[in-house]
Amino acid sequence: MSLWNKHAILEKNSIILTVGIIIVVAIGGLVEIAPLFYLRSTIERVEGVRPYTPLELAGRAIYVREGCYNCHSQMVRPLRDEVERYGHYSLAAESMYDKPFQWGSKRTGPDLARVGGKYSDEWHVAHLANPRSIVPQSIMPGYAFLSQAEVRPEQIEGHFISNRRGGVPYSPEQVANAWGDLRAQVNPDAPTLAAFQSRYPGAIVRAFGGNTSAAANGTVTEMDALVAYLQVLGTMVDFRTYDARANIR
Amino acid sequence: MTAQAQKTFSLAEAGSMLAFAATALLSLVIAAGSVDQGYTFHALVFAAASVAAIFLIGNRYMARPVSIPLEIDGKPNYNMEPVKFAVWASVFWGVAGFTIGLLIASQLAWPALNFDLPWTNFGRMRPLHTSAVIFAFGGNVLIGTSFYVVQKTCRARLAGEIAPWFVILGYNLFIVVAGTGYLLGITQGKEYAEPEWYADLFLTVVWVVYLLVFLATIWRRKEPHIFVANWFYLAFIVTIAVLHLGNNAAVPVSIYSPKSYIVWSGVQDAMFQWWYGHNAVGFFLTAGFLAIMYYFIPKRAERPIYSYRLSIVHFWALIFLYIWAGPHHLHYTALPDWAQTLGMTFSVILWMPSWGGMINGLMTLSGAWDKLRTDPVLRLMVVSLAFYGMSTFEGPLMSIKAVNSLSHYTDWTIGHVHSGALGWVAYVSFGALYCLVPWLYNRKQLYSNRLVEWHFWVSTLGIVLYISSMWVAGIMQGLMWRAYTALGFLEYSFIESVAAMHPYYAIRALGGAFFVAGSLIMAFNLIMTVRSGEEAEQEPAAALVPAE
Repeated sequence: MSLWNKHAILEKNSIILTVGIIIVVAIGGLVEIAPLFYLRSTIERVEGVRPYTPLELAGRAIYVREGCYNCHSQMVRPLRDEVERYGHYSLAAESMYDKPFQWGSKRTGPDLARVGGKYSDEWHVAHLANPRSIVPQSIMPGYAFLSQAEVRPEQIEGHFISNRRGGVPYSPEQVANAWGDLRAQVNPDAPTLAAFQSRYPGAIVRAFGGNTSAAANGTVTEMDALVAYLQVLGTMVDFRTYDARANIR
Repeated sequence: MTAQAQKTFSLAEAGSMLAFAATALLSLVIAAGSVDQGYTFHALVFAAASVAAIFLIGNRYMARPVSIPLEIDGKPNYNMEPVKFAVWASVFWGVAGFTIGLLIASQLAWPALNFDLPWTNFGRMRPLHTSAVIFAFGGNVLIGTSFYVVQKTCRARLAGEIAPWFVILGYNLFIVVAGTGYLLGITQGKEYAEPEWYADLFLTVVWVVYLLVFLATIWRRKEPHIFVANWFYLAFIVTIAVLHLGNNAAVPVSIYSPKSYIVWSGVQDAMFQWWYGHNAVGFFLTAGFLAIMYYFIPKRAERPIYSYRLSIVHFWALIFLYIWAGPHHLHYTALPDWAQTLGMTFSVILWMPSWGGMINGLMTLSGAWDKLRTDPVLRLMVVSLAFYGMSTFEGPLMSIKAVNSLSHYTDWTIGHVHSGALGWVAYVSFGALYCLVPWLYNRKQLYSNRLVEWHFWVSTLGIVLYISSMWVAGIMQGLMWRAYTALGFLEYSFIESVAAMHPYYAIRALGGAFFVAGSLIMAFNLIMTVRSGEEAEQEPAAALVPAE
């Protein structure tokens, strides 16, 4: 069998073998990944999805740091029970500024893609501090330490620039005011509030972690940031006006 | 008359000392400017490691002869010291990684074990477990066995003197930095790719040197053909490099910050992640360990590999098809349907080359099946192939969209992963370790074959408890989530499905405890083999029989 003998060329030549391996493993990845960057149907065109505010982005970094994605997905599948349990199925557009994506792979706890606005801030703070005080059968760890940890400037400064280099459309003004905007979002009396709201139309402003006096003094805790992030999840697109047919792929 | 050869610093010695000095300096600068305590700690670890490396290279220079011969009396002068280090690192990380697994399994059954401290909560411990078992235990087994196998099958000394040590020590330093990072809250939040940008960069350097050492050893070979195990090692090393670079492309916030943001976003990032994630399974946990199978099983059974042609077909089919399978982790998500369908299709096809490999391994025992009765090490490796066959059947099944709609996000996936990870990867690794220690230390046999029997049965019991409890748990979760009452309402709240898991999580933790116990038996047996084993008279002379 002559063809079998031809394989000896690869077996006797480490460089040809290596190049052969690279070619063979490159094909599948190229076919599956490259089109996602140019097929327009990949990401739906929808109203309302905006980049995260500084507070939300800092909260998201805490979500990532604590490994929440190990137990919580952020991806509602278009299945009857999931849509009834969690809300409208997730769109690709809703995570278009997520670096990294946090769709998750396991639901030891419930999906969080649409948790925003579902519970009050007080519920989140109490639940994060001691989950079993709210849900007796819960097996979630407690995160009371977040209320003690202050958000420091280095948890946001420079972060917008990295996001911008990766394609998130933050304006130079948003980049320059990130630290001030982070503190403004927990303080409804902040003098810079109007400027913040013009930079992030529709963003919710309140002391998410519940400590209003500290927030008024410009102290932001990690609890504020994490709850702000949780409260914005899944709320950016108004599904009363969303037309799925316009995006049929 | 000839002047006595003068001992001089080799280019590699001088160059690497300079490189380490520069690294130490850079690390100190970063430590001084760092904005994060954990990052400062890591910079100091790198600085200390660089200084230690300079010292070790200097020490080695003082101790080494003028030149190290490649052959002594016509026989290759094998360099087995890095392999020995990798063997003990594997044993250590194995026991450590399994124990952390037992801890986090127990946290799910008894949440008080989280202690509600930042560095002990499940979210930070789980990546520590996955990295410890996959990259620390599995990685050391792969690097160690590949350095052993490539030397023996090429009948040549490992290329480089400092480079192999840089690979094995550098890789373990990466593990330490990655693992302590998770506990300190340094992670980029991508499953199985949690280490941050600076750890990723360091690993890239280590990995390139690994590839060069491996290739350069192949170039020294005395045999015209490259042995089949080395194809698999090569595919593993090369592809992991490609995946690592693609998935970890990130923009650091600054050189003084551990934090970075991935270049990709949302749906594209998801596709990159599972292209990486599934092929960490395909190339790290499969191709690499198939290489172990192709050397250690024929060697232990003293039989040639069953079919040379099957190994060719299944090698190329496996590496071509695996890459496509990633999207089955994203069924019914916002990933476009065409990509999901491709992922499903190729995952189902992948069943064939997977079983091709299993059959090639199992049939290698033709004419030697009786050895399963007398050699518990061979039995471990054969059972690993049975588990490989089982999980590579279960995988394609779960990648079918209809099945996946039930199984995804549940503990069924966790059970599936562990039937592959414990049954296949860990068992074939244990088999290789049981082979390697007597070979490396020139011992006649293991300290105790009875203890291998105990290890085998205790951990098999553990695996059975683990996977069967996770099947029940996962399928129950999936069914509870989609259950409707006669009136058309969802029957269960989410927390009811959580509460229903408790007995299965407890059984799973018990299974994990058995597995940890088994690994401790192995560690004891291997240590005693070196300490009190009988010296072998001579290395087994039989050369590896080439595949026909």
